Amino acid sequence: MITLLESRTVNKRFGGLQALTDVSLKIHRGEVYGLIGPNGAGKTTFFNVLTGAYPIDGGEFVMNGAELPAGKPHRIVAHGIARTFQNIRLFRDLTALENVMAGHHIRTSAGVWGILAQSRAAREEERLVTERALEILDYVGIGRHADTVARNLSYGDQRRLEIARALATEPQLLALDEPAAGMNATETAGLRALIETIRADGVTVLLIEHDVKLIMGLCDRVAVLDFGKKIAEGTPAEVQRDPGVIRAYLGDHRAH
Amino acid sequence: METLLQQTLNGLVAGSIYALVALGYTMVYGILGLINFAHGEIVMVGALVALQTILFLSSAVPGLPPLVLLLAGVVVAVPACMALGYLIERIGYRRLRNAPRLAPLITAIGVSFLLQTLAMIIWGREFHVFPQLIDTAPMQPVAGVVVSPMQIFTIVVAFTLMGGLMLLVNKSRLGRAMRATAENHRVAGLMGINANGVIAATFIIGSGLAALAGVLFASNYAIAHYSMGFTPGLKAFTAAVLGGIGNLPGAMVGGLVLGLVESFGAGYIEHLSFGFLNSSYQDIFAFMILGAVLIFRPSGLLGERVADRA
Ligand SMILES: Nc1ncnc2c1ncn2[C@@H]1O[C@H](COP(=O)(O)OP(=O)(O)OP(=O)(O)O)[C@@H](O)[C@H]1O
Ligand SMILES: [Mg+2]
Repeated sequence: MITLLESRTVNKRFGGLQALTDVSLKIHRGEVYGLIGPNGAGKTTFFNVLTGAYPIDGGEFVMNGAELPAGKPHRIVAHGIARTFQNIRLFRDLTALENVMAGHHIRTSAGVWGILAQSRAAREEERLVTERALEILDYVGIGRHADTVARNLSYGDQRRLEIARALATEPQLLALDEPAAGMNATETAGLRALIETIRADGVTVLLIEHDVKLIMGLCDRVAVLDFGKKIAEGTPAEVQRDPGVIRAYLGDHRAH
Repeated sequence: METLLQQTLNGLVAGSIYALVALGYTMVYGILGLINFAHGEIVMVGALVALQTILFLSSAVPGLPPLVLLLAGVVVAVPACMALGYLIERIGYRRLRNAPRLAPLITAIGVSFLLQTLAMIIWGREFHVFPQLIDTAPMQPVAGVVVSPMQIFTIVVAFTLMGGLMLLVNKSRLGRAMRATAENHRVAGLMGINANGVIAATFIIGSGLAALAGVLFASNYAIAHYSMGFTPGLKAFTAAVLGGIGNLPGAMVGGLVLGLVESFGAGYIEHLSFGFLNSSYQDIFAFMILGAVLIFRPSGLLGERVADRA
């Protein structure tokens, strides 16, 4: 087992609220790792500190043995981490194709002068990026919508486009925040097939999901957060039997 | 008929300069939601730096052809203004990015005063003659319309730059990053776009256009002065609002429309005001338009490009 990403005693506070407390976990290369927990447990917050959206208050993330840079989200993307959002955050005025091309930004380099001079290198790069972006759109199954402005895509296709845009950054770790939220059964089945393909193609997946069937079917291992603390970790079956987890979901300890 | 054509031409010349400056306002607004009131001063700095360069070169190397002098002025003024635009963003606005909107706005006004005062210290309070390196005297009238080489030069340069900018914004890697950042700079960062770099690039490009506008403005009207940025700055802002602030084609259309309205207005203002006002009052049109747009159509002619910021 090679560790791809490790979080070491990660802490995050919002004013008086301790949203994450000493969260440590290791994600292995090539697995689908589930992050579950009741509403407000801190799952999205974990993504936000991981990707640099929020500053971290303690602890660190180590990717491929190197500590991730703090405070520069785009440099974390360069380290091979890409994400989607619980509430879709596409570039709504850009076309699907342009959204994916924007995701590919970090893997390309054409400068202003090359563009203005329409240099051969700049045009060639633009052509390759377009081609690659079209491939990715096909890969997630929305190739026919390449020229549709993102705001006009159906909800399910917007979710797929978010995945396509994240894949365009060429991540080693793809972090999906409730990708099945709001999807019907057919869409969810399609999503599951897509995540399996992504894993088969060598991308490690970190998955936040409330859909238990999806978690059980997809994940190799699962961590459970409750009130910002990791309360369990193991295979989906192990975690499902864990009394602490059952209690957290039933909300016993919330009574006192 | 001839006056109509003539006024259209004059309007296009002034309008294309307003459009160049308006683009800078609108690009910065589009990406940061900030009205960069210091932008007009970049026009002034561009003109004065170019003037300084031209004066220095023509005394250091006598006999240089006028076109070479003008080009040298541009080659020095544009990068100087680009650097200035970068510094204004870096020092003045960046740390205020998450501050309440009033803070960067007040900073912008402060930067504007600062630049004017610095320019006054460096170049004095007097009006400088900007050399006529391209002929501003009219050529042989064509179809009754008199046009000078400088006017043609202005329109050609301005339209080329506008075309280049549209190409850059709509068809290039940087342009895509700019549009993505304008929609949501946090999400852009999380998708691997260096939002600070893109915002800096926006200021740099806008300032470069303003510097060129400054050189064109000074060349057309043959003067340069430490406070010369104020009026074109305000008019370009009006043009940007008229076109729909944040909207690039809007800024260009707004600039051209404003130039045309002024030019026609100046021709008829005496009649309109029963001889009370003469053509030197043409500036009122810009401000009447600004007032009218803000009251009746605040989103401008082509509509504001409203981004949902999260
Ligand atoms: N930006 C913020 N400012 C203040 N509090 C926040 C912020 N973001 C999250 N929180 C709080 O931190 C806690 C964890 O929220 P988070 O969104 O991480 O939960 P979650 O596990 O993703 O929940 P859900 O399943 O509902 O998406 C909640 O109490 C939430 O209100
Ligand atoms: Mg969440």
